[in-house]
Amino acid sequence: MAHSTENLIRELGEGLAPVRRAAAPNRLALLWLGLAALITAGIAVFFDMHAALARLDSAADTRLAALGSLLTAVLAAKAAFELAMPGRSRLWALLPLPAALLWIGASGMGCLRQWTTDGWDGSVHSECLMSIIGISAPLAVAMIVMLRRAFPLHPVLTASLAGLACAAASASMLGMFHPADPVVADLAFHALAVAVVTAAMTASGGRLLQR
Amino acid sequence: MDHSDQANRRLGGLMVSAQAGDRAAYDALLRDCVPVIRAVARGRGVPPDAVDDVVQETLLTIHRARHTYDPARSFRTWLRTIAERRAIDLLRRQGRQRSREVHDEAAYETHPAAAQTPVAEVDAGLRQAIDGLPEGQRQAIEELTLKDRSLAEAAQATGRSPGALKVNLHRALKTLRARLSREEG
Repeated sequence: MAHSTENLIRELGEGLAPVRRAAAPNRLALLWLGLAALITAGIAVFFDMHAALARLDSAADTRLAALGSLLTAVLAAKAAFELAMPGRSRLWALLPLPAALLWIGASGMGCLRQWTTDGWDGSVHSECLMSIIGISAPLAVAMIVMLRRAFPLHPVLTASLAGLACAAASASMLGMFHPADPVVADLAFHALAVAVVTAAMTASGGRLLQR
Repeated sequence: MDHSDQANRRLGGLMVSAQAGDRAAYDALLRDCVPVIRAVARGRGVPPDAVDDVVQETLLTIHRARHTYDPARSFRTWLRTIAERRAIDLLRRQGRQRSREVHDEAAYETHPAAAQTPVAEVDAGLRQAIDGLPEGQRQAIEELTLKDRSLAEAAQATGRSPGALKVNLHRALKTLRARLSREEG
C-alpha cells in the first residue's frame, strides 16, 4: 500500500467520531410528503373544497391529470431520496416516468378538449406560474436540506428528480385550488411553471448537492 | 454462504462498528477496502499512475458518507458505487485537464523555475504536506522540485512518463497551495 494511503487511513482513524445513521429513503420521502400535505392543508382553509372536488368530477382527463401529478410528486420524491444514498441503482430515476407520462398525457388531452371547445383567448396566466414557483420554493428548500444530509453521488440527477417532485406537488395543489376550470392558457402556464422549477433545480441543485 | 458473502458481511459488520466510533474496526475496514477500490479503478480504465488518487478520494468519501451505510444492504455494493463515482470523476478531470494543458518539453525545460537552486531543505510543515500527497504527486514534487532533476531524469528514476510527471506536478502544486493557504488562514 502506498505510503500516503497509509497516512490517510491513519488520519481518518484519528478523526473518527460516532455517527447517527441516515434515515431510510422511505422515511425521508414520507417526511417531505408530510410537509407538502401540511402546506396543502394550510391552503385548503382558504378555498372551497366542494368546488375543487366538483371540478375533479367534471372530466376524466382532469381526474387523470390530478392523479398523474400526485403520483409523480410521490414517486419523484421517493426516487430522489433513494438516489441520495450511495449503493442505490441509477434506475431509480425512471420510477416517476410512468406517472409523469400519465400526467402529461392527461393534461394534453385536457388542453385538446379545451382547445376544440373554447380555443385560446390569448390571455397570459402569470398567476398560475407564480403560484407553482411560490409553492415549490419552500418544498425545494426542505428537499435540498434533507438530501444534503444523505450523500448524493449523482447530484444533478438527484436535483432534477427533486425539482420534478416539488413542481408536481405544487401543480397538484394548484390543480385542486384552481379558482375555475382550467383553460388552455392555464394548462400551458402550468406546464411552463413545472419546466421552470425542474430546470432551476437541475441547474442550481447540482451544485448545492455536490459532495 | 460462500466466501464473498462472508467477506461482505464482515465488511458490513466492521462499518457498523466504525459508525459507532470503533477505531480499530475502521482501520481494518479501510485497509480491506483498498484492493476493492483498486480493482474498480482499474476496471474503469483509470491509468495505473492515478489509481492511488482514486483510492484516496474514495477513502475520503467513505469517511464523509459513512452515515449512509445501511447494515441491511450489501457493503460491497455501497463501496463499489462510491469507488466507481470517484474513478469517473478522476477520468473526467483528466480529460478536461488534457484538453487545456499544452505539453511542450522545451517550455518546461526552459521555464525560469527549472533553473532555480534546488531546495535542499524544506520546513516541517511543507514536508508534512508533501508526505500527505498521493504517491504520484509526491514523487513528481520530490524528483522535479526538491531534487531538481530534469523531466527525463525523473522519468527514468520513477518509471513514469514525462507527461504523467508534469500532470502530477501540476496537481501537487495545486494541492499544496490549497493545503498551505488553508493552514495559514
